Amino acid sequence: MGRGSLYAPFRLVTTTTNNSRSTRRFKLNWVDGFLWFIRVTAVIAIVVGITGSVQNFIAGEGPTLEQWRDLVISSLSTGFMYGLIALGYSMVYGVLGFINFAHGEVFMSGSMVGLIAATMLFDNGFWDANPWASLLIVLVIAMIVSTTVAVITERIAYRRLRNAPRLIPLITSIGVSFFLQYAFAGLFGVGVRSYPAPPGGLNEDVVIFGIEIQGTKLLVIGVALISMVGLWYFVTRTKIGRSMRAVAEDKEIAGLMGINVDRTIVTTFAVGGAMAGVAAMLWALLFRAVDFLTGFLPGIKAFTAAVLGGIGNLPGAMLGGVLLGLFEGVGPLLVLSGLGIPAVSQLKDAVAFAALVLVLVFKPDGLLGERLGSEDRA
Amino acid sequence: MPLLEINGLKKAFGGVKALDGVDFHINENEIVSVIGPNGAGKTSFFNVISGMFPLDEGEIVFDGDNLAHHQPNEITRRGIARTFQNVRLFPNLTVLENVMVGQHCRTSAGMFGTIFQTKHQRAEEEMISEKSKEILSFFGTRLAGYRHDQSADSLSYANRRRLEIARALGTEPRLLLLDEPTAGMNPKETIELTGLIGKMRDERGLTVIVISHEMKVVEDVSDRVVVLDHGVKIAEGHYDDVSTNPDVIEAYLGRPAEKHND
Amino acid sequence: MKSPAYTRRLGLIAGTVMSFTGAIGMIQTFNERTLINPYLRMGDLTLYMTPFVLAWLAARGEPNPLHEPEREPMAGAAQGAVVGLIAGALTSVFLLVINTFDLTEFFPNMRPATIDAMTFDLGVPVGLVVLTAVSAFVGAAGGYIFGLPEHIRRGLGRATGWVLAFALFEVVVADILSFADIIVDVIYGPRGGLQIWSAVIIGALAWWLSARYQGQVKEFSNRVRGADAKSRLRRSMIALGVFAAIVLPMLLGGILNELLVNVSIFILMGLGLNIVVGYAGLLDLGYVAFFAVGAYGTAVLTSTSEAGIGLGLNWWLALPIVLVMASIAGLMVGTPVIRMRGDYLAIVTLGFGEIVRILLLSDWLTPFFGGAQGIRRIPGIPVPFIGEVSGTDPQLFIYFMLLFVGLAVYISYRAQNSRIGRSWAAMREDEDVAEATGISTVQAKLLAFVAGAIVASFAGALFSAKVGTVFTNSFDVLVSIIILVLVIVGGMGSIPGVMVGALVLIGILGGPKSPGLLQEFSEFKLLIYGGLLVFMMLTRPEGLIPSVRRSRELHADELTQDAWLDKGGDFARGDGEEVAT
Repeated sequence: MGRGSLYAPFRLVTTTTNNSRSTRRFKLNWVDGFLWFIRVTAVIAIVVGITGSVQNFIAGEGPTLEQWRDLVISSLSTGFMYGLIALGYSMVYGVLGFINFAHGEVFMSGSMVGLIAATMLFDNGFWDANPWASLLIVLVIAMIVSTTVAVITERIAYRRLRNAPRLIPLITSIGVSFFLQYAFAGLFGVGVRSYPAPPGGLNEDVVIFGIEIQGTKLLVIGVALISMVGLWYFVTRTKIGRSMRAVAEDKEIAGLMGINVDRTIVTTFAVGGAMAGVAAMLWALLFRAVDFLTGFLPGIKAFTAAVLGGIGNLPGAMLGGVLLGLFEGVGPLLVLSGLGIPAVSQLKDAVAFAALVLVLVFKPDGLLGERLGSEDRA
Repeated sequence: MPLLEINGLKKAFGGVKALDGVDFHINENEIVSVIGPNGAGKTSFFNVISGMFPLDEGEIVFDGDNLAHHQPNEITRRGIARTFQNVRLFPNLTVLENVMVGQHCRTSAGMFGTIFQTKHQRAEEEMISEKSKEILSFFGTRLAGYRHDQSADSLSYANRRRLEIARALGTEPRLLLLDEPTAGMNPKETIELTGLIGKMRDERGLTVIVISHEMKVVEDVSDRVVVLDHGVKIAEGHYDDVSTNPDVIEAYLGRPAEKHND
Repeated sequence: MKSPAYTRRLGLIAGTVMSFTGAIGMIQTFNERTLINPYLRMGDLTLYMTPFVLAWLAARGEPNPLHEPEREPMAGAAQGAVVGLIAGALTSVFLLVINTFDLTEFFPNMRPATIDAMTFDLGVPVGLVVLTAVSAFVGAAGGYIFGLPEHIRRGLGRATGWVLAFALFEVVVADILSFADIIVDVIYGPRGGLQIWSAVIIGALAWWLSARYQGQVKEFSNRVRGADAKSRLRRSMIALGVFAAIVLPMLLGGILNELLVNVSIFILMGLGLNIVVGYAGLLDLGYVAFFAVGAYGTAVLTSTSEAGIGLGLNWWLALPIVLVMASIAGLMVGTPVIRMRGDYLAIVTLGFGEIVRILLLSDWLTPFFGGAQGIRRIPGIPVPFIGEVSGTDPQLFIYFMLLFVGLAVYISYRAQNSRIGRSWAAMREDEDVAEATGISTVQAKLLAFVAGAIVASFAGALFSAKVGTVFTNSFDVLVSIIILVLVIVGGMGSIPGVMVGALVLIGILGGPKSPGLLQEFSEFKLLIYGGLLVFMMLTRPEGLIPSVRRSRELHADELTQDAWLDKGGDFARGDGEEVAT
């Protein structure tokens, strides 16, 4: 009861045991009926929509093949960026079992401070003279800032809540998220700011395997892949990575085995933050504009990506990110405009959220399966 | 006809067969103990009967209806109530409220009645509270008087066990499943509770299945004993017969040449 | 002995907070408001509150549950002075940096005006010394006051509290005393702010009254709180409250009534979310969707505008239809999430909220909901003999709010203490066990969603009638989060908690779009909301006014009573021994 007493008001509904739920076979009641209705409607809508789009395409209406290709490539690069942010959600959920709602703001902080560096470099001409070095500097600064913010939030807000019921840290992280957003609004002002244009020949197209790809997008995908591989190596091959996995499995036992749990958790936040920092620079390359709300939507979408791939599962987070990028980039045009809905690009975010709902209705443990410690499965 | 009849009950968790074709029956007004070494599948047996875990195969016929694949609340409504091995109360509700929650499935007040305070609703609330107090009085002074308004959280361990039984009685069951009701109690409390289990049958006409590790309780309370080991029923019968059965002794103590690791 | 490291750390924290408040422009904005003529400005108060509070903490020493902190004024003052000194020095360094480098390109608030605002307009070398000195002095005062005997501290606290209340809520006082302008002119200066001598009188009066009636107030409030729900005392208090609610709007002017209308809309939504989160334990982050259903539903049904459908129905006829629509929306959102884990449920409901907003905004549904233009020309609430009541007449409209708030309170109260409320509580505590005790958690969850949706749709319907035009930006995620904050700050599951939470947050700091009493806060309120949420979670998760059910466990007097029961002489492990901790 010790953990119960202080947080007694927050005994929110969290106790559904996963294994008993997912395998429970009930007689078909109307709740299941409704879920099946959603599933069937979704499938029908998607099939009809795609058919409509294909017919349009054959009739020579709508986007051309090149436009489709560009759309897919830019969705992919956005997706890789989501994947990098998703890693942070996934790692924290894997180790501590709560959704760090403020992770989007960790990402935002990197891109905001990175902007200062980029602008200063641009102003003294270094940006154009040494494009690669400048990008590297911005990257390093964004990573340092995001990592610092992630570690500080862990220290101040989450550490004391380690044994609280899981919705407590979630609510706290919502507060942290708001606080960070408006702290940045206060410090940097509320206006939208722009990064200087990507340096050098990055805007030109590069031909790979006979496909023309815009340089920035290729760079984004490349950096994301390298980071992912690096992270994978870190988690599976190093001692710290091993202790992270041990802590994810069972904090108490890991502590008994001589692992410094506190330090490992800080490392988890730091690594997640660093990945968000990388994503922050990629965001700058792709979209250039940042403001204090920049982190909110990518944050939620990255969480969706993490769930889609299977929360706690790192390759899953990356896969989920890429898929989500495709869904929201290509989905509206492919499915919704096929259904005859006008101005589909407005519905991009709605598609991403609908994807979240559908993933959780269709496959709550994600495409590659959840990896959670024993205590977090509840 | 038995009150509860179970045929070929199977339940596996991954590769582990927790229940591997268990047959079981209990007649009205009977008290049956289920015993077995740790990991024998006793608690899984209860979890499957009460619907908390879905079963893989088999039938659970209660009072003529097959209850397999019913939701737990439906099963409770039909008249099977249970307690838990590691007491699970509603810690921030009062003692009385815990029992009143049990009455949920026997009452019907809806949102309309609640908001408009219909006559029916008020009478029902009155009845729920009366019945719950009556059920608590079954435990003598242990859960009476000022205790009604204490939170379940503040009770001692033994009282929590009692309250959990009271909550189960609150659902007005015909069949009661008690999972180690005397665990953690001192000898005096154990004797008291053993007596109460008998009283439940005699005064309230209940049928009871008890899981227990304490052989004294099993001996005192049960009409019949069922022994599970590795998800299989290995013996059944009167306590005296079962306790001398070589298979049972082996299940508990192990065969000299082979070691069980559960 | 209190450790120097602790003192030093508090000093550094204080300095960081002071620099931060300066860096976000808070001090400068707040300084435009004078509290006590001409000595105290709101910005200075905010700035020096930090060293005061942290010096107080330093004097108390690190929290130690094993013994009471020592109270020695002079030692405390010394410690507080150190905290203040460190804080002031750190802030000065920060201001020096701003002064030396031009950072305004990136940090618009780090400009010379900030330095002036933080140094009593004395500028760099002199002002920084003054800042440090004042900070050290305030710190010393904080430490000194901590060491004073209790009755003096209480008197000081009351006096300061009342003076600040009179100064901060000048608008309210002036509004209530609008029939006697002369008094207002005497108390307050011509350009706002208490006159110094009226501040002294108010402070002295508050001190004297608190000393005179100390204990009696507390005793009375305890009696009311402890009274039985059906007792005469309790009833007369409720009657008094209702009477006050009816009379008060007549005394207040249009601006305050307008504010109260805004607050009541949030009270309504808070009460609704309280059913979902506080009673049933389902963390719904997309609650604003139901508000939107209520508002847009009413708008579509009652509007006479060309855009959108515009059926032009009577508000009272539209209301039941809107309630049905909200219930359906509750089911539609509730059903898919019913089997989800609590935290997934939170994010998915947030997603639903956004989907609703995006759809309402989209060109696709513009023929129905007007898209970015919103729906205009929504009539007010028709009342016989009076005509149409809308937001332009807040003094009348507030009565509709009171009516529906009363209704929501009544529904919440009844639901909480009923069979349904118990099933929610049981489900919140342990879902699996609730299910095994015969509660259909599917039904209980859906019921909670529907009940919450209906209450939110009340709020939406009233909102529509009040503002006359609905746009999608009134239905941001922000609204959901703010409702959650007020429920949590007030106390989850507690009806008075929600009301106090809404009054304090929406009334004083301001809602998502509307300013509160302290308009200076409007720029910073969301920052404060976020900080408050974290602070409450870390220190007082049960909220300002915890619900009875949740505070019950504080009275664990089992030990003694058990000993009495087991007097017959028992085994060592009798009942009383094992009180859970």
